Amino acid sequence: MPAQKSLSDRIISGKAAWFVVFIGCVIPFISLVWRAYRDQLGPNPIEYVTHATGTWTLRFVLITLLITPARKLLSQPKLIRFRRMLGLYAFFYGSLHLMTYVWFDKFFDTADIAKDIVKRPFITVGFLGFVLMVPLAITSTAGWIRRLGGKQWQLLHRLIYITAIAGVVHYLWLVKSDIRLPAMYGAITAVLLSYRIWMWLRGAAAKRPVPVAVGR
Amino acid sequence: MIIRKPADLRYSQVTPKQVYLSRRRLLSSVAGAVAGAGAVAGIGGLVNPSTAVLASMKLNAVKSKYTVDEKLTPIEAVTHYNNFYEFGTSKEQPAELSKKFDTSGWTVSVEGAVAKPRKFDLDQLLKLAPLEERIYRMRCVEAWSMVVPWIGFSLSEVLKQVEPTSKGKYVAFQSYYDAKQMPQGRYGGIPFPYVEGLRIDEAMHPLTLLCSGLYGESLPNQNGAPVRIVLPWKYGFKSIKSIVKIRVVEKQPPTTWNLANAAEYGFYSNVNPEVDHPRWSQSKERRIGEFLKRNTLMFNGYGDQVASLYTGMDLRKNY
Repeated sequence: MPAQKSLSDRIISGKAAWFVVFIGCVIPFISLVWRAYRDQLGPNPIEYVTHATGTWTLRFVLITLLITPARKLLSQPKLIRFRRMLGLYAFFYGSLHLMTYVWFDKFFDTADIAKDIVKRPFITVGFLGFVLMVPLAITSTAGWIRRLGGKQWQLLHRLIYITAIAGVVHYLWLVKSDIRLPAMYGAITAVLLSYRIWMWLRGAAAKRPVPVAVGR
Repeated sequence: MIIRKPADLRYSQVTPKQVYLSRRRLLSSVAGAVAGAGAVAGIGGLVNPSTAVLASMKLNAVKSKYTVDEKLTPIEAVTHYNNFYEFGTSKEQPAELSKKFDTSGWTVSVEGAVAKPRKFDLDQLLKLAPLEERIYRMRCVEAWSMVVPWIGFSLSEVLKQVEPTSKGKYVAFQSYYDAKQMPQGRYGGIPFPYVEGLRIDEAMHPLTLLCSGLYGESLPNQNGAPVRIVLPWKYGFKSIKSIVKIRVVEKQPPTTWNLANAAEYGFYSNVNPEVDHPRWSQSKERRIGEFLKRNTLMFNGYGDQVASLYTGMDLRKNY
């Protein structure tokens, strides 16, 4: 149905859609600020903010990773226009998460933070996940894509796979005994990364020389 | 109108909680209407909905010498920020999911290496000694802390009644567990029923509290109703909730968090700023309601009273 397709195409490509996604992604942040303002962050507000920003970081990493399979499976290639924004939101929430820890948990005690990063595996892996997002955020502009060249750029941005795994492990190593939520995010990550492996294997198979038919 | 209940009211005579709550709700809505009319300012606080939800029975308690002079953690936090994995692993779930927890007909069996084993009903148990209000610091292993006005008396009053024999070296505690009433328990990731233990000298220490209330009233379900243990110098998980069995034993008994993860949770679990949890530091804590972190004190500040229990012990090994 070409008419319908062009409609969804037009919606996805439209300014309105971009605006809706942009606002949608900032709602978790606004909701946090609103709750803080109304004193609704519960008995342990800093823990609440730490958990909320951490969870949203992981969610946005996974939503970003969902774009490529969604484009293919829904035949909506134009969805690509949201990927940079979603990735930058992941970085935004990750920065808030790290800042909450550095400021409100450690009060900028750099020696203590360094000790934590070295000594506490769940912080080590969480920090790694964040640090790997930094070059991705920096090179997210059109200028950097041009400078690096598409191939190099794409290779660099595969670091997001490690960030996703690091995020899940960070969460898993944090919880005391109930692993349901980190396990769920782990399963979603596994599906999203398996899709890449599957596509890569299919691509590799397609590139193999076709055996010449004999005995015709 | 303030309804005063006599001090010697039996638990069995208390108005059923659901009836009680619906009356309170009616009262608060009336109060809301009155306050809305701008007539009475004080009434809103009197029947504040958050206290109404947990109120079940006023307890008369005498002041205790085992008390700290520190700012109390607000009751809203004490009753809505709980670790009680039988009712869910998030902090908010226990208050929500324990509302219908049926504690009627509760008994506590005190048994094992004792001369006079006995099964107490709640009335008998709580009459063994005068109820005291004790304001204790509470330090969770997760590095947050509170100050709670508990009500109860020293566990030693109970143990004296049953007369531990010379074989009684430890005391094992067991919580109530019913998968039907506690359906979230199966997701907790730790084995139930919850069990805890103390050395007999720790159990006989006057600070070891058999607790039946907080903030002047009987324990809310989410805080371990109807009766629990409170150990202010140990991490919170040692303070076992909703107990049904106290067993005096010869060998060191198993404890739930140690069974779940022995490398992280030891038998003693005394608050100790110098021995970190493998995954996080224990040197500081966040007192609920405060912005800056506090330094955690050795034995949670109860060193003067309890340090002698551990003379000569390597506390790094016996964490």
